[in-house]
Amino acid sequence: MSIPGSWYLILSALLFGIGALGLLIRRNVLIMFMCLELMLNAANLSFVTFSRMLGDIAGQSAVFFVLVVAAAEVVVGLGIVVAIFRRRSTAVADDISGMRD
Amino acid sequence: MTGLLLATVARTIPDTAVFIAGALMILAGGIGVIACKNPVHSALAMVLTLFGVAVEFIEQQAEFLAAVQIIVYAGAIVVLFLFVIMFLGVDQRDDIHDEPLVAQRPLAVLLVVISVISIIALGFEASWAVGPHHVTGKTFGPYQNVGEVGRSVFTTYLFAFEATAALLIIAVVGAVVLARRSGAATSDAAIPTSEPTAETTEEVAS
Repeated sequence: MSIPGSWYLILSALLFGIGALGLLIRRNVLIMFMCLELMLNAANLSFVTFSRMLGDIAGQSAVFFVLVVAAAEVVVGLGIVVAIFRRRSTAVADDISGMRD
Repeated sequence: MTGLLLATVARTIPDTAVFIAGALMILAGGIGVIACKNPVHSALAMVLTLFGVAVEFIEQQAEFLAAVQIIVYAGAIVVLFLFVIMFLGVDQRDDIHDEPLVAQRPLAVLLVVISVISIIALGFEASWAVGPHHVTGKTFGPYQNVGEVGRSVFTTYLFAFEATAALLIIAVVGAVVLARRSGAATSDAAIPTSEPTAETTEEVAS
């Protein structure tokens, strides 16, 4: 309770940076997805921190909805990855450069 | 005075220890996700990060979200990731040193470092929306978190909650459709009816 909110915000910024870095430097689509999840978690951490700092529960409701949307996004995204893999048998982003074939 | 300071520090130590433990879990897991060559190891490192975030949630008295974080992320999403990794086969040839675009990785590192530094500097400089950066607001009292979140979700955000239900149904149906259609395309005889149309449209276009 006595930890300053800015510590959590710095931690959140660092986690977001790690996620963005992974998204930029990795080629495997699955790991890029995981990095997206890391960035969503960083946003959730700042939401909860601001919710505590401002004494407003709405931030935690926002995190609840972010969790639901993240679950839906992962389901659809992994479905697309599996569909692409069946057609092209690759999970590397550089090999998936065309939408038509 | 010294006694008061010592009492304050002694009261702070458990919180600080929990915060540091959670932060180490988060950062180690995050670095593990982007550094492991094997996608399974990346998924397990992501579990570490998610648990760390849950620890930080509990530290900030968001118990409901911590539980949901564990159940939804570690329990469902990571398992889904692992299933897909197993389904696709572990892809070992995602080589870290393979660099198709010239100097993309150094530029990415530079960009991320600049972005994070500017976010932190801005946060300290501008005191975003919360006054001084060391403010800790009032809390909701013990054992009230679930009730508060529930009251907020079911009154203020009721419409968003209903839309969430529709979103989940759509996502599940969409995933089933995606998985089924590609399976039918490889095995079914229905594909020749669609392929010539694609070719004719291509000829017309050219």
